[in-house]
Amino acid sequence: MSAALELRGLAKRYGSFVAVEGADLAVERGSFLTLLGPSGSGKTTILMMIAGFTEPSAGQLLLDGQDITALPPEKRAFGMVFQGYALFPHMSVAENIAFPLRVRGQGRAERDEKLRAALDLVQLTGFADRLPKQLSGGQQQRVALARALVFDPALLLLDEPLSALDKKLRAELQEELRALHRRVGRTFINVTHDQEEALSLSDEVAILNHGRIIQKGAPAALYERPRSRFVADFLGKSNFFQGVVRELGGGWLGVQVAGLRLRQVVDGPRPGLGAAVLLSLRPEKIAALGAEESADNIVEGVISAWSYLGAGFSLAVETALGVLRVHLPAWRAPFVPEIGAALRLGWAADAPTLVDDDDAA
Amino acid sequence: MMRREAGWYALLLPAFLLLSVFYVTPILQVLAISFLEPSPGFSNYERIGTNLSVQRVIITTLRICSITTVLALLLGYALSYTITLASERARRWWLLCVLVPLWISVLVRAFAWVTLLRRQGLINQTLQGAGVISEPLELVWNEFGIIVGMVHYMVPYAVLPMLASMREIEPRLLAAARGMGASRGQVFARVFLPLSMPGVVAAGVLVFIFSLGFYITPAILGGGKTLMVAEWISLQILDLIRWGLGTMMATLLVVTILVTLAVFSRVVNMRRLFGGA
Repeated sequence: MSAALELRGLAKRYGSFVAVEGADLAVERGSFLTLLGPSGSGKTTILMMIAGFTEPSAGQLLLDGQDITALPPEKRAFGMVFQGYALFPHMSVAENIAFPLRVRGQGRAERDEKLRAALDLVQLTGFADRLPKQLSGGQQQRVALARALVFDPALLLLDEPLSALDKKLRAELQEELRALHRRVGRTFINVTHDQEEALSLSDEVAILNHGRIIQKGAPAALYERPRSRFVADFLGKSNFFQGVVRELGGGWLGVQVAGLRLRQVVDGPRPGLGAAVLLSLRPEKIAALGAEESADNIVEGVISAWSYLGAGFSLAVETALGVLRVHLPAWRAPFVPEIGAALRLGWAADAPTLVDDDDAA
Repeated sequence: MMRREAGWYALLLPAFLLLSVFYVTPILQVLAISFLEPSPGFSNYERIGTNLSVQRVIITTLRICSITTVLALLLGYALSYTITLASERARRWWLLCVLVPLWISVLVRAFAWVTLLRRQGLINQTLQGAGVISEPLELVWNEFGIIVGMVHYMVPYAVLPMLASMREIEPRLLAAARGMGASRGQVFARVFLPLSMPGVVAAGVLVFIFSLGFYITPAILGGGKTLMVAEWISLQILDLIRWGLGTMMATLLVVTILVTLAVFSRVVNMRRLFGGA
């Protein structure tokens, strides 16, 4: 597949403040890319540069190999769903959706047909004559989507499209958005600070921090193999162990962490003996072991805090490695948690990941 | 609870008494006189249909006020639009420039226009000096002069409601429209203009109502030749001692204003017009 959109060293500076530092990114045609990062990480600035509302300080933007860096937004004509939707309050749903067609001077018959198809696409057929303020948040969001897609744009840009909705509705619309993406088969670029949304929606996620793209990849790859402490910490929760390599085996390392020797599988470049390493271990990869059970790594601990989450328990366990955060599925927890209760924890040697310590500030 | 609320209402009492004694009572008196003098009955009001002088002053007033309103709205809209799109710093300077005329006496401004517009005034002399005209233009002591002075006075009143309504327009909507392929002209015509209409209507009502009762500006710039309602009333009462006719016109003026307000309060938010939240 060829890249539909390519960013080459795209940068934005405001005086001495660097909002985006030379972003390189290729977005494949028909894929769903999410720019994920905390606020102030530059993700929205990148989206605004793609849309043409913000002029880059340096770098290039290519659409199907053509340089579009200098084009004004109305010439790029990418579909865009704004934060808060930006529906025109004085226009009905139908007028809102037909707006992009109207400003292109399309005839009435053609307009009506596309309008009907768009209303159908987002299941709002009966709502054509309502005003935006007469719609619920979810319906407004669908109008915004229909309006952004009605003129067959090459790209659909989404600026925190679900942030204004409550949690339950957000989950529903995530599914809808994903189904919509499959149906229309266009390239979607989404911006969010919600990691769950990024994981569930996207084919690819680019994680940003301090104006830089830190890691890009499929959601599962990012979650399972974070390259740095920031990615591991931002995308889900993680336990971190700082240690020193004391043993080199075939495909595994012996890492000394606070008096304990941990067995760790490595598949990438291997650090040498005596190297300082950082391990990231997801809370759900830690198991509570029965007295007879064994694991590659075992640590004894005492529960210092716990909470019930419905599907599972979240525990804080004091161990020789420090306080470990542990998630246990409720149906497999072999005990009722209690503060002060002793616990044997274990995990496989390939469960943790070696990550760069980029200081997750 | 009840007692405390009664306490708060008691605080309103002095203002209420002041208003009713010095404001409502005279107005009721004016209403009464218009029916009682020179003889009880509707004779004064019948003149609206029969007396040419009465009709002329009403028509002149409505015409001048309409033209003033349209011109003040056009100028005010351009100003408000510029101010809305200006940077924060520039906006402050623009607002100052719009508001400064409000602090200068109406009298001073009217005479300033006289010196500019009269036969030997700056404008006529400049045009004559440049050879554009041979005879001085009649720029003042007629309707033209009145309208110039009134528009000048009214522009700030037109700007303020329109500015308030324009600043409520989300900039994101304009960006969204451009992102969907609309040119700058289309963004203005299809999004900005319709969204600013509440402010335009509010400004129109405000300017029109203010204009109806104008006294000093038309008196000075009209030079006694073009009469508007307020000056005509003062003429009837102070010079001709025809109280009945004068109060009839005053009542008509008040009723016209109230009816205009009643009609437009259905269309625009009056609280915004008069500075409420």
